[in-house]
Amino acid sequence: MTYLSTMIIPVIISIILLVGLKEKKKVYDLFVEGAKEGIKITIKLFPTLLGIFLAIHMVRSSGLIDFVSRVIANVTNLFNVPSEILPLAIIKPISGSGSMAVATDIMAHFGPDSNIGMIAATIMGSSETTFYVIALYMSSVNVKDSRKVVIPAILADLASIITAIVFLS
Amino acid sequence: MLNYIWPILIIFSFIYSIFNGNVDKLNNSIFESFDEVIKLSMTLVGTTCLWCGLMEIVKNTSIMTKLTKILRPIIERLFPETKTNKEAMDNITMNTISNFLGLGNAATPAGIKAMEALQQSNVDKKRLTDSMMMLIVVNTTSIELIPTTVISIRAALNANNPAGIIVPIWISTIIGTLVGIIATKILIKRSLKK
Repeated sequence: MTYLSTMIIPVIISIILLVGLKEKKKVYDLFVEGAKEGIKITIKLFPTLLGIFLAIHMVRSSGLIDFVSRVIANVTNLFNVPSEILPLAIIKPISGSGSMAVATDIMAHFGPDSNIGMIAATIMGSSETTFYVIALYMSSVNVKDSRKVVIPAILADLASIITAIVFLS
Repeated sequence: MLNYIWPILIIFSFIYSIFNGNVDKLNNSIFESFDEVIKLSMTLVGTTCLWCGLMEIVKNTSIMTKLTKILRPIIERLFPETKTNKEAMDNITMNTISNFLGLGNAATPAGIKAMEALQQSNVDKKRLTDSMMMLIVVNTTSIELIPTTVISIRAALNANNPAGIIVPIWISTIIGTLVGIIATKILIKRSLKK
């Protein structure tokens, strides 16, 4: 499976370039033009990352996180859920940049190849910011009756988080 | 939301560290956090640029139109209203492909245009249609072919194989999406009975 994952990116890059060459596109010019967008995205992300990292480092160094984890662990141990993942599961549907920062911090703290680090990465990569998407799409058409669309959305989130934990533990 | 959570976390940490007697550690951690963000952003910029560059090539080739043809039957099944609403069809296709390729910037505008097109043929303008519900749910789970951000963060943290996370993410997203689609279908059926 790791080998499969290793192959995916080089294969996709090669396919894109081959199609581009076959259709006589200036692939290098296009690449450079598009890559500029990447700088804009990262710069936009920087302030949020900074804010979240600041808060998380303070929570951790003060010892507050150990205290909270001990309290939460009493509950999560019953379901065999690693309590370190809980803050991520809570923030994930609410804030995209926030959950990215929390996930990154978990990976940095426990190591990206540890079980918990892998679970955090999977949770982060497996869904969008649910409440943000619902609010945005609902407001675009100005409807009153949401027909409880939030229920299937949250069920989907739960399903992918549980899958990540079961699959990687 | 973060306007409340963020200050509460910082203020509570400070108060807790006073009682815990490690204000010096707390003070150091403020500056350590900046170092870490800068290191992370340097790696992030590389991967993000690579992917945005490749996507620019994709947008200019026939890959896009080919994907549209493949997706048509699936989309008609999930969003029955697209059979009679061509504008909704085009925008939902664009939305799905952009999500799949991880182009958030292209996915959102297409999704919103699709919502507007569906609203045009909506009988009760104050109520979401079946297809609108499905579109929202599918966009909250959003299957991504290559989760670039996660991979670049793992690379920044020196993971053994940064891309090794792709398959676990696929499995977890696909199961989440399936649960979302089934739950939406059940919800739609139940509201018909009433």
